Amino acid sequence: MSRLAVSGLWKSYGEQPVLRGVELEVPAGSLTSVLGLSGCGKTTLLRAIAGFERAERGQISLAGAVLDDGRTYVPPERRRVGYVPQEGALFPHLTVAGNVGFGLSRAERRGKTVPEMLEMVGISSLAGRLPHQLSGGEQQRVALARALARRPEALLLDEPFSSLDATLRTRVREEVHSLLREQGVTTVLVTHDQEEALSLADSVAVLRDGAIVQQGAPAELYERPADERLARFLGAVNVLAASFHGGAAQTPLGSLELRGPLTSDAEQGLVLLRPEQLEVRALNGNSESGVDGVVGRIELCRYYGHDALLHIRAEQADGSELLLARVGGDQALPVGTRVTVRGRGSVTALD
Amino acid sequence: MSSHASTDQLTGRIGRSWSGRRRWPLVSATGGAVVTAAVLLPVIFLIVQAQQSGWNQVHHLLLRHSTAVLLWNSVRLAVACTLLCAVLGVGAAWLVERTDVPMRRMWAVLLVLPLGIPDFVVGFGWISIDPALHGYLAAVMIMTLSLYPLVYLPVASAMANVDASLEESARSLGLSPLRSFLRVTLRQVWPAVLGGCLLVTLGLLAEFGAFEIVQYQTFTVEIFTEFKLGFDAAAACALSLVLVLISVAVLGGELALSGRGRVFRAGPGAARAGTRTRLGRWRVPSLAALGALAGLALGVPVGSLVYWLTQGNSSTLPSTSILAAAGHTAAYSAAAAGIATVLAIPVCTLSIRHRNRLTILIERLSYLPMALPGLVIALGLVAFSVRHAFSLYQSSFELIVAYAILFLPLAVVGVRSAMAQASPRLEEVGRSLGSGPAEVFRRITLPLIAPGLGAAFALVFISSSTELTATLLLRPTGVNTLATQFWTYTTDFSYGAAAPYAGLMVLISAVPAYLLSRRMRTISRIGQGA
Repeated sequence: MSRLAVSGLWKSYGEQPVLRGVELEVPAGSLTSVLGLSGCGKTTLLRAIAGFERAERGQISLAGAVLDDGRTYVPPERRRVGYVPQEGALFPHLTVAGNVGFGLSRAERRGKTVPEMLEMVGISSLAGRLPHQLSGGEQQRVALARALARRPEALLLDEPFSSLDATLRTRVREEVHSLLREQGVTTVLVTHDQEEALSLADSVAVLRDGAIVQQGAPAELYERPADERLARFLGAVNVLAASFHGGAAQTPLGSLELRGPLTSDAEQGLVLLRPEQLEVRALNGNSESGVDGVVGRIELCRYYGHDALLHIRAEQADGSELLLARVGGDQALPVGTRVTVRGRGSVTALD
Repeated sequence: MSSHASTDQLTGRIGRSWSGRRRWPLVSATGGAVVTAAVLLPVIFLIVQAQQSGWNQVHHLLLRHSTAVLLWNSVRLAVACTLLCAVLGVGAAWLVERTDVPMRRMWAVLLVLPLGIPDFVVGFGWISIDPALHGYLAAVMIMTLSLYPLVYLPVASAMANVDASLEESARSLGLSPLRSFLRVTLRQVWPAVLGGCLLVTLGLLAEFGAFEIVQYQTFTVEIFTEFKLGFDAAAACALSLVLVLISVAVLGGELALSGRGRVFRAGPGAARAGTRTRLGRWRVPSLAALGALAGLALGVPVGSLVYWLTQGNSSTLPSTSILAAAGHTAAYSAAAAGIATVLAIPVCTLSIRHRNRLTILIERLSYLPMALPGLVIALGLVAFSVRHAFSLYQSSFELIVAYAILFLPLAVVGVRSAMAQASPRLEEVGRSLGSGPAEVFRRITLPLIAPGLGAAFALVFISSSTELTATLLLRPTGVNTLATQFWTYTTDFSYGAAAPYAGLMVLISAVPAYLLSRRMRTISRIGQGA
């Protein structure tokens, strides 16, 4: 097993720095996802690890050996780092078997490796086809088999599923995931899709403006994001004013347990509450007395089938507060319904 | 997954990585330097040679009355011919690509074929019918009929690819068909029109044979006369420099004009072919117009060629000499095509894969011969070899080098489009799969650009095999190519004897010209799909 580590990596194009001191840790055999918006530098990071771009400062190392530290530089062909680009980038002049065997020696190309690889990704029958005769999903599988055929120390996937349509994407994603699990390859997956990053990866690193904002397990990032911007990037969120009192936060939605210790001594602050942490109940009649939490009216209901997102306008003094609540699809309420909203679970305080 | 052995290999190889990385770009850099030197050498030696006679003399030469006449002759010819070619080329392209004119496929081929007939053969065709033909109007007619395909070809392929949704949007915004053609379609194909006109103008400035036949004095004709008959190399070089300046001005003008408008296609996906304009009662007149154009441009030269072939007295045609001429032509052309194609690879590699100011400059310089008439390049090479390498003077090698320099732009164009379509992503994947730069070039880049290399080779081969002016100056003593032998017979008015040589040249160039016109279309289609 090989561990991939990037530390203090800088890279600019002309005057414009693209990577500003990236720190990334990919434990041996894990799948780590680099998540970021387009233009944040995630492809550049991947290309630097693959060896297509040279580092200006910082270090990239694999299994303890330095690949690039601004002085020594190992060219891509000696790195043993597999690379699956967007759209697959299959060699158009070679057959599927020719593509998969490209990185092997002449003797190996005639051996069992190619058929084994094709079988592994489930496209044995396509060995003689040319790339333009394959569907998008098949092309991705060939690209993956081609990269894995050389038994690389690490594998880099650059938005490998983004060119597939929604149904196919889910399926190919699942297959690739279980395949990588089986092989135990140290993998870096670059994506702009939060759902993909959270659901596939052992560890997610969020890249923003050329630096990693936070790296951690998917649940850790989702529940305890480093800042509000990151919280919103990972999904819808409610930011509420709260006063802190011994391990608990007093919010308009009730008293909620605080996750982790506070970083400052402030008694007032903001806390994050995900929409699925809001309990929504329709108000029957006008009996508002004794109601715990906030009373509001449903302004908008986005129905997705498996769940629904409710926009609730609170009837408070200022009347401007908008709350987002996620409920099961069967519990979607019509617009205009008066409801009470309460929080549940624990909350994270924003610094 | 991992093994200690591979990790050790990894670290052990780091030390060697540098040499391997640096060696490969060095090959391209050397190639780029050779190309730059080769392209600049003729111009430099023109200046050296002209300077030798003293600037006073040059000054005197350039200011004499006949120079002004030559300038006027060249300019009025260039303006008239270029405008006529633009009108004929765009009109014919519109009829064939955007209307329901009958027999479109046939016209598409017939209208391109005149490109395969050397201009001096077209001149021969007309003069052998009517020996009285001469002067400005004859020159304008002959050159328009042989050069209009240079506008037709790029404009037709651009029109075939104009996204129909643009025209449809224009129509839905209330424009009439004519106004939507002028404001949308024509705008889209404008770069192709300009590019075609540029080629026409440069071709006119470089032409010698056809003008000599109709006795029309231009700069190129005068330079040739000064050098070959007057033995005044310095005067010839001085006049050549003026010609170079005019050509560079034309090139600059085109760059300035084409830099403004840009052609974009909104959104991904292939362009849709639009609905064709119905000609209605204009159908017959349109057919007649296309028929007249094809008849004059193709029918007359081919017809008179066939006539003289059938008239040809077999005794005037020693078959050994035509075989020898064909052999020389093929050997020189193939060698030049090989050299030019190989040299185009580093130029394109540098400008596409290692793009920076220097490499872009190298690529631009490689297009310079396009603005240099063959005569000028030949004179520059003569000046160089006479001074520094007399053994090269009138050697086969020098002729081959002249062809290679002269037609390098064609090779670069051919290789460039193929190289630009070969995604660098594929080369990177190859590297990450363990192949070094040289191996990636052999196993990935070369197979991908092979069609481009083939096209480049064919283009240079065709152009070399029908080249006349530089060949007359540089050929080894006693050696004849098809073009020079044809020329010798034509100037002796032995039309029957000349005809077989012309026929062979037309065959050599017409077949690839036909294939090329089809290929160009496929390339642009593939390019659109990607």
